Amino acid sequence: MAKFFIDGVEYEAKAGENLLQAALSQHLDLPYFCWHPSLGSVGACRQCAVVEYRDENDKKGRLSMACLTGVREGLRVSIANSRAADFRKTVIEWLMQNHPHDCPVCEEGGECHLQDMTVMTGHSVRRYRQAKRTWQNQDLGPFIGHEMNRCITCYRCVRFYADYAGGTDLGAFGSRGRMYFGRVSEGTLENEFSGNLVEVCPTGVFTDKPFAKQYTRKWDLQSSPSVCTGCSVGCNTFAAERYGQLRRVHNRYHADLNGYFICDRGRFGMHFVNSDKRIRMGGVGVGDGTFEARGTERVLETASALVRSDQALIGIGSPRASVESNVALKWLVGSENFCPGLADADAAATHELIASIASDACCIPTIAEIERADAVLVLGEDIADTAPRAALALRQAVRGVSFAMAQEAGIPHWQDAGVRGHAQDHRHPLFIACAGTSRLEDVAEATEAMHPEDAATFALDLAEVIAGKREAFEPGTFAARVSAVLADSKAPLVVSGTSQGNASLVRAARDLAVSLKIAGKQSMLLVAAREANSVGACMVGGSLSMSEALARMADGCSVVVLENDLYRRADAGRVNAALRASSVIVMDVLETPTADGASVALPAASFAESTGTYVNYECRAQRFYQTFQPEGEILPSWAWISRLASERGSDPGWDSIEQLTRQCAEQGFAGIEQAGPGSDYRFAGISRIARQTHRYSGRTAMYADETVHEPKSRIDSETAFAYSMEGANSGRQASATIPYVWSPGWNSNQSLFKFQQEISGPWMQGDPGVRLDPSWYLRHEAHPSDAESLAAEGEFRSVPIFPLFGSEEQSARSWPIVRRMPAPFAVLHPQDAARLGLVEGGGVAVLAVGRSCEVRLDAGMPPGVVGIAAGLPGKDVQPHCRTDLSPDPEFVRKMDGEPGVIARG
Amino acid sequence: MLSQIRTLWTVLSHTFKRNETVQYPEEMPYQAPRYRGRIILTRDPDGEERCVACNLCAVACPVDCIALQKTEREEDGRWYPEFFRINFSRCIMCGMCEEACPTYAIQLTPDFELCEYERSNMVYEKEHLLIQGTGKYPDYSFWQVAGKTIEGKGKGEAQQEQSPSDPRSNLP
Ligand code: SF4
Ligand code: SF4
Ligand code: SF4
Ligand code: SF4
Ligand code: FES
Repeated sequence: MAKFFIDGVEYEAKAGENLLQAALSQHLDLPYFCWHPSLGSVGACRQCAVVEYRDENDKKGRLSMACLTGVREGLRVSIANSRAADFRKTVIEWLMQNHPHDCPVCEEGGECHLQDMTVMTGHSVRRYRQAKRTWQNQDLGPFIGHEMNRCITCYRCVRFYADYAGGTDLGAFGSRGRMYFGRVSEGTLENEFSGNLVEVCPTGVFTDKPFAKQYTRKWDLQSSPSVCTGCSVGCNTFAAERYGQLRRVHNRYHADLNGYFICDRGRFGMHFVNSDKRIRMGGVGVGDGTFEARGTERVLETASALVRSDQALIGIGSPRASVESNVALKWLVGSENFCPGLADADAAATHELIASIASDACCIPTIAEIERADAVLVLGEDIADTAPRAALALRQAVRGVSFAMAQEAGIPHWQDAGVRGHAQDHRHPLFIACAGTSRLEDVAEATEAMHPEDAATFALDLAEVIAGKREAFEPGTFAARVSAVLADSKAPLVVSGTSQGNASLVRAARDLAVSLKIAGKQSMLLVAAREANSVGACMVGGSLSMSEALARMADGCSVVVLENDLYRRADAGRVNAALRASSVIVMDVLETPTADGASVALPAASFAESTGTYVNYECRAQRFYQTFQPEGEILPSWAWISRLASERGSDPGWDSIEQLTRQCAEQGFAGIEQAGPGSDYRFAGISRIARQTHRYSGRTAMYADETVHEPKSRIDSETAFAYSMEGANSGRQASATIPYVWSPGWNSNQSLFKFQQEISGPWMQGDPGVRLDPSWYLRHEAHPSDAESLAAEGEFRSVPIFPLFGSEEQSARSWPIVRRMPAPFAVLHPQDAARLGLVEGGGVAVLAVGRSCEVRLDAGMPPGVVGIAAGLPGKDVQPHCRTDLSPDPEFVRKMDGEPGVIARG
Repeated sequence: MLSQIRTLWTVLSHTFKRNETVQYPEEMPYQAPRYRGRIILTRDPDGEERCVACNLCAVACPVDCIALQKTEREEDGRWYPEFFRINFSRCIMCGMCEEACPTYAIQLTPDFELCEYERSNMVYEKEHLLIQGTGKYPDYSFWQVAGKTIEGKGKGEAQQEQSPSDPRSNLP
């Protein structure tokens, strides 16, 4: 720690920290552009000038860039000094010379860091009278808008996109006053983190295109803290609404998880909430897949006749529904009649994941901890597709070595260009043992094409070698390199996942991590689960597996299906039979093939319209809060379940989400209520939290077309938030209840630092969410057992491949994602393809799936193995063990929705 | 006592003064052009809607009686309000919206005659607000100043703009 002085006031910071960061950590107002907490300093913008004094007698001082000045004991600087202030004002004036007169038609307006800094420095009158330099824009695809004239050349975009996220198709062009940031030629930005450009760019160059379509100023959004439903990482998000529509989702900082960045599936996958395929009214099936929409009361009558009848009642939960809704359903039907809704193989693998968390034998890292690994082995899971944010952390992990090297060379860690330049291509080793080329390949030390089953065997062999129970691998082989590196490492990380539905793979990964730990390493094990709440749903338990549940249905019974499309969980034939023989009540957000076959469909609230808890891959329970009250008859699933219960004459013992959450805590999820405060929470004991900003406009006109008597704002009995602008949001409240960031003078998302204890530290009141202890779960009497391998025949072993865009059920129905979704594809080794006479882009009939796919060639696919696109919309399911392939000359690429750019799967 | 006499005197003295009563509505009082009455939305000199749906008027409005939603016309790329609503039963004619408007779209007019039996008739939608002309500012055209492209005005064609640079050239 070093003591230093800003304008005569003494502060403390870590010695060597950069002064800008230290000043911001003290919540002082010091303008800046190019520095970013995750991207370091480059000194490109000259905005952060301060006057630095030699000692206390130096009255004159000299101008220094705060972001390039290390804090040292006794350092004296001034922010307020007029020389520094004038300089900063002049810099803004320069940056503004070519700036277009765009604010009113700029999507950044009202949350623009450039606007904020312009106001803060006091530049208000344009003196430059010459003509402005201009640029042509590029069409960057469905996610990102481009308006190059607004650029101030801070380089943040390329530093994030290329340096941090590994993107290859965005660069800086030109020189001097003519810098252009874009692609070599127009086209879709390919990197799956492109959405972060919207938040990273301090101006309106890169903007959120889908949001711009229905643009709303930040001050007009009604927001709440939410959790991404895209995958099991559980990135924190802010969800924002206007006029009854969810308008956007953006990053909500979490020091241990997503930090400053989320992936594009999370950011652009939320538009399903506004889809016209929403179930908005209760309906009674008339048999042919169509519904007669009826009012709640009449639909409930039919539904309750089903749950009251003498027929047995079972319940199928869901890994995309909240813990609360799952627990409610389990209570309604009884544990012995409840299936958590995961496919058999998925359940078995997820069970192994939970068992790994429960056993203290290895450490399950947070996303931030992943970045501290010094050797990584990825086993059988393309983590870049199934847990994108974790893959981004892996990129930072391999970069870790550059910081160590910089330290030795005396380069401060925030000196971004210096650190990168010094390290060149040195990286911590990352090995990938997967089927198919991963997007992480560019930072991998070596890869080996391996079927997941072989990856499991490989992991077990490695574990034995490390434990010394087996002789070392033959030198020069991939295995030998991996084992040497792991043996050499201090904090190795083993990465795998459940997407392959292969429990033994997860077990093998765990065994390897454990053996590394026994060998004295701080080993870590990252296992990605399939869906946002796979872990939570699996922990709810219940005696039925998916097959058993379907078998019970086929025998005839009543069944309540909670937010689940059974066609994604088992093969269509069995689901068809089950749906035909049983009376099905479905509650769901969107119309699904399962809902089409149901007797009753009930409209369920999406994540933005309800409050609940998800449990992520590391067993962290995270609360998402209702953003807005949905129109029509939509209710949260748990509320439908309690309506059904009272129809049946039983008293659920809860009538609010809060009471239900407490019930969950009693039923094993101990501590879950601490994921976020309940309805009686008040900031400073008196104040609710305002969902709306204090500048929220149009209150007396928004609904004046319906009634001129302004409706009273709805009292929220479920949460501590208010559906109004009255209430607190200073950042001093419980951190799980921060609905957006704003601070006086800081309208953009850069205001976040006023909400953090220090830069990149936790929120003022600590980070939200609570890691549950799942050991109670292991005491359940029944556990999913390994799925029997299907006795299938065929020449090729198959692996499911889950493309980032399209393999998650709900986001696949978000229109921007649809535009990036691949058509069903099959990936083959070029040799296999040549042998079968298949060419890239042609058609291949995959017999086990019973349909044709587009051929992709990939030398990263082991020979004799075919990767098959899985999880895409439609009634096909995953793991088939083997299949035969044959060319399909008739094949034409077909897609739901609009033709899209094929994202590399 | 004295004060009552004085009051009587004052009142009676008015019998001999000039009548101040105006025979409204037969006789219209003079209204200065800058009088703040009924609000209108005006058009650019080229006849297109001026309002770009920037929402600044709405946020400036102290009684929050303006609500609108931005949309974009595919054909020409201009920003428009999809709907634009003013609840005149709330409006206090303060003129803050006009002051905030960067395009001169929203203007207050001398028309103060806003009376309705039904309060809901005081809610004006865009079709009630939009006039055919430019209002008080005949010449200003925001889109000719702004850098954003619209149909008929490409990059480099706005006021004070150079023609677009070539990112691949390093020539001076
Ligand atoms: S980038 Fe900021 S300053 Fe520039 S036009 Fe947009 S809102 Fe205005
Ligand atoms: S595009 Fe944005 S992030 Fe990139 S240099 Fe310009 S202002 Fe900075
Ligand atoms: S990594 Fe997963 S949780 Fe995070 S934003 Fe992407 S899809 Fe959502
Ligand atoms: S301030 Fe002017 S341009 Fe902006 S929304 Fe209001 S009327 Fe339209
Ligand atoms: S923030 Fe210091 S020079 Fe840009």
